[in-house]
Amino acid sequence: MPDIQNYTLNFGPQHPAAHGVLRMVLELDGEVVMRADPHIGMLHRATEKLAETKTWVQSVPYMDRLDYMSMMCNEHGYCLAVEKLLGIEVPIRAQYIRVMFDEITRILNHLLWIGAHGLDVGAMTMMLYAMRDREDLVDCYEAVSGSRWHASYYRPGGVYRDLPDSMPQYKPSKFKNAAELKKINAARSGSLLDFIDDFVKRFPTLIDEYETLLTDNRIWKQRLVNVGIVTPERALQLGFTGPMLRGSGIAWDLRKKQPYEVYDRLDFDIPVGVTGDCYDRYLVRVEELRQSTRLVQQCVDWLRVNPGPVITDNYKVASPPRANMKSNMEELIHHFKLCTEGIHVPEGQVYSAVEHPKGEFGIYAISDGANKPYRLKIRSPGLVHLSAMNELTRGHMIADVVTMVGTIDIVFGEIDR
Amino acid sequence: MSAKLEVLSQNLQKHLGEQIRSQQVALGEITIDVDAADYLAVMTMLRDEPELRFEQLMDLCGVDYSTYAQWSGKRFAAVSHLISIANNWRLRVRCFAADDNFPSVPSVVSIWNSVNWFEREAFDLYGIVFPGHNDLRRLLTDYGFIGHPFRKDFPISGYVEMRYDPDQKRVIYQPVTIEPREVTPRIVREASYGDADNA
Repeated sequence: MPDIQNYTLNFGPQHPAAHGVLRMVLELDGEVVMRADPHIGMLHRATEKLAETKTWVQSVPYMDRLDYMSMMCNEHGYCLAVEKLLGIEVPIRAQYIRVMFDEITRILNHLLWIGAHGLDVGAMTMMLYAMRDREDLVDCYEAVSGSRWHASYYRPGGVYRDLPDSMPQYKPSKFKNAAELKKINAARSGSLLDFIDDFVKRFPTLIDEYETLLTDNRIWKQRLVNVGIVTPERALQLGFTGPMLRGSGIAWDLRKKQPYEVYDRLDFDIPVGVTGDCYDRYLVRVEELRQSTRLVQQCVDWLRVNPGPVITDNYKVASPPRANMKSNMEELIHHFKLCTEGIHVPEGQVYSAVEHPKGEFGIYAISDGANKPYRLKIRSPGLVHLSAMNELTRGHMIADVVTMVGTIDIVFGEIDR
Repeated sequence: MSAKLEVLSQNLQKHLGEQIRSQQVALGEITIDVDAADYLAVMTMLRDEPELRFEQLMDLCGVDYSTYAQWSGKRFAAVSHLISIANNWRLRVRCFAADDNFPSVPSVVSIWNSVNWFEREAFDLYGIVFPGHNDLRRLLTDYGFIGHPFRKDFPISGYVEMRYDPDQKRVIYQPVTIEPREVTPRIVREASYGDADNA
């Protein structure tokens, strides 16, 4: 008998299932993973150091580029931190708009996750369905901010502008005749809120469709059930948050436990798993899609009947209305100072966290009173989840590594920062 | 200070007492400073004592205070953020490294496993060493990187850049060819400037 030893296998950084630029060195005994050593940093841009050289507002677009699958939630965490340091109140309408877009972002993120996870373990249709439905939500992003992904729509003090009264429409082309055009433009004929309302009305049926494809699918269950079990004790010890923690049966959700914005006025439930395997985490996330739909619906109903300002009227933090700038000396000076110098944030340190689609997204900011942060630390959920990769995969077959990469929902923008 | 924070503050005094060098309460958050010598004992107590019960370590990061306004204390600190699921409160623990030239803070990886990569990151970016960590490799920077890029004396543009050299037919490092450019200068105004209350 020849003496067979363990061997190492390099996975990534250019691999279709690596979700970006993950490099893993896997030590294998036959087909069984004995040790996984993730190498990260291929996408490291030193966002935190760059933020030290930019004014507080200039860093908002950087936040979009962290987890580039849930852009507005990152901005939200950052804006909350700055607002807490400044001690300013955000108008109530802006709070509802933020919550609405946070939940739209959660749907966007989970749709991409379900599509990519499906694709990884062999359910290609999921990707096509998810991408089809993401398109409508991306249009909402575009309608409010002009940008499909990197919105930079939230600002310290509120949101950049109010929701638009009209949606962009499809134009006639040689591929679309008038009848078809009328059909696809039907939902876009009203305001943005009408369009979102239409989406949340039909989205539960779409979630049912996804579940028809996956939940009782034999192959899906064979790949996910009892794979990557994490006990509640280990989940806490490993620093899991978000769906990873809830999948292990701990009902912890910052939106409920430490409510920010208007989450305490809204009605929603926290799903939790039982066994803590990949399948439970899948079920948790699908249920979160349904709960997010509920939340968006409540926000739409509130926003329809409650007009008001969407950004603070403290002109030392946010720009005054443009019309006033043209006629008022004081406002002109405010605008000039904001554009050339930026906000001055009082000295202090703050940690503020939001329930990001992937877990707890925290911003730790230290200010020495200047117009730029002294230190900005981004606590991204993905980094902690990925650091548990070794423990998750040990003893599993090599094919399960892909399932594990999928279940922790990694995006390298936030892990490498 | 809210009632909850009051309880936490009292519990901290009760169980840690002398080991807390200083305690600040600001913006609804409690920060405690501890000495490196007491650090492990304090952290173990924070996790295990039912009246404190910080089951999770959310975040640990290095901070370089060298250019902070009129700073006279130690240069490097490891700042961690703890959260208690059972009691639903948070705490910030700051531990300064005693030696500025060779900063070292004990590792808490055996208390919370989640800190593993955070300590590697702080080592990588700030050069803070964590004795007790069994795998303290660089995490984010390139293989073979020299220096600790998040220190305040490290330039934002770095020292070397990478390009493909067609003559040698490989990727090479060379000194940076760009100059860092400051568009908006860093300004600290007098105390009341930009005060939200006086707007």
